[in-house]
Amino acid sequence: MHVHVDREKCQGHNRCYALAPELFDVDDLGNAFELNDGLVPEGLEDKARRAVANCPEYAISISE
Amino acid sequence: MTSQHPPVEDWATDFDHTDPRWVADPFPIWDELRSRCPVAHSERYGGTWMPLRHEDVAAVAYDTEHFTSRSVVVSEVRPGPEDLPAPIGLAPPITSDPPFHALARRLLLPAFSPKRIQALEPLTRDLCVELLDASAGRPVVDAAVDYAEHIPLRVIVGMLGFPQEDADIFRRFIRMVLEDVDQSAEERQALVEDRELDEYMDARIAEHIANPQDDLTTFLLEAELDGRKLDPDHVRGTMVLLMIAGIDTTWSAIGAALWHLAQHPDDRRRLAAEPDLVPTAVEEFLRAYAPVTMARLVAQDFDFRGRALKEGDWLLLPFPAANRDPEFFPDADKVMIDRSDNRHAAFGLGIHRCIGSNLARMELRVALEEWMKRYPEFDLADPGAVTWSAGQVRGPRTVPVRVAAAD
Repeated sequence: MHVHVDREKCQGHNRCYALAPELFDVDDLGNAFELNDGLVPEGLEDKARRAVANCPEYAISISE
Repeated sequence: MTSQHPPVEDWATDFDHTDPRWVADPFPIWDELRSRCPVAHSERYGGTWMPLRHEDVAAVAYDTEHFTSRSVVVSEVRPGPEDLPAPIGLAPPITSDPPFHALARRLLLPAFSPKRIQALEPLTRDLCVELLDASAGRPVVDAAVDYAEHIPLRVIVGMLGFPQEDADIFRRFIRMVLEDVDQSAEERQALVEDRELDEYMDARIAEHIANPQDDLTTFLLEAELDGRKLDPDHVRGTMVLLMIAGIDTTWSAIGAALWHLAQHPDDRRRLAAEPDLVPTAVEEFLRAYAPVTMARLVAQDFDFRGRALKEGDWLLLPFPAANRDPEFFPDADKVMIDRSDNRHAAFGLGIHRCIGSNLARMELRVALEEWMKRYPEFDLADPGAVTWSAGQVRGPRTVPVRVAAAD
């Protein structure tokens, strides 16, 4: 599983970083980016789904 | 809370967000309007529109071409293009439009990043404990007056480097800008011309020029855009914005969360037993009791959802109503403190996402954690004594609760 942040859509709500800091980080401006090229380590799939389901801007997607 | 305006007859054609019924309980009004006319209209304030569905609120928030942020507080006085130098506006970046908006915003964002805000958590926690200590031993504590209102106020005043003893002055300014919006055009105009708020800020600026500090005021005075220092009006406008937007919003959110918990023993006991649930509960309180309704001015004549919007019309942007849209949230009218999927719009959507959202979330979480530790059991001492603010920032201003201290 991979997560991807659409930098055009991200407005820095920082929900993904709060919910899944293993998968996302934020820059100084609060814009999110995925860690480890977006690869979701085994066992963190639910956290990835929660990050998607809590992004108000629909900026995060998952590919299996 | 009384209003200077006549009572509303029909919400779909005559709504008014300062009407005492809206102030006391806006939720049934929004539900009615959402089903009757997804975009309501009122002749009040010289003509005002209001979308209710999440989809429509989002569409306006994302459309910076047809809607300008030049003024974001609906009142009888609407600024003309000559009053405010577009695209900067009176209080950048909240009153700025693209492309200037991005520059003014980028300047401020690092000061409000999650990592910078995390550093303020110990100070915020100490402050909450200090406030709880101050009311210790009393059988009734006002969750708004004795607790909620002081937390964001003291934190933002510290960030700006203003005197803590001026708290009463800030509360008066907030009331003037955000709550007294039902005043006549003459009264509103007199406030603008009075310049009291500007003069207060100018005095703080003069102090910081003489004695630079490690705070946001000095940061703004030394900041540069395109190699030039900020225009003095930009510095002052941003200081006004941070002070006003940083205080009563979060004060409202903390107060509303405690008001909810005072009336819902199951939620209260669950939160006391499961402190790890607090961050999830915080998001649900933000969804269900979002304090902030924004506003836009229509920038050009435009047909929106079958309504003919005219340039210069106001448009109220009720993120709190979007957060209650049953088409967008399952069980939208239920407060579920363990709601795990929550794309709420309490901090807005699009380029004007609340810049202080990380700060607000931290303050709300810490305020609830410390309150619950001290008072796991509490309930409303007098439900009739609870009062709510009027205007675009909604929260309880008095919430007397009976408390029983933790063993």
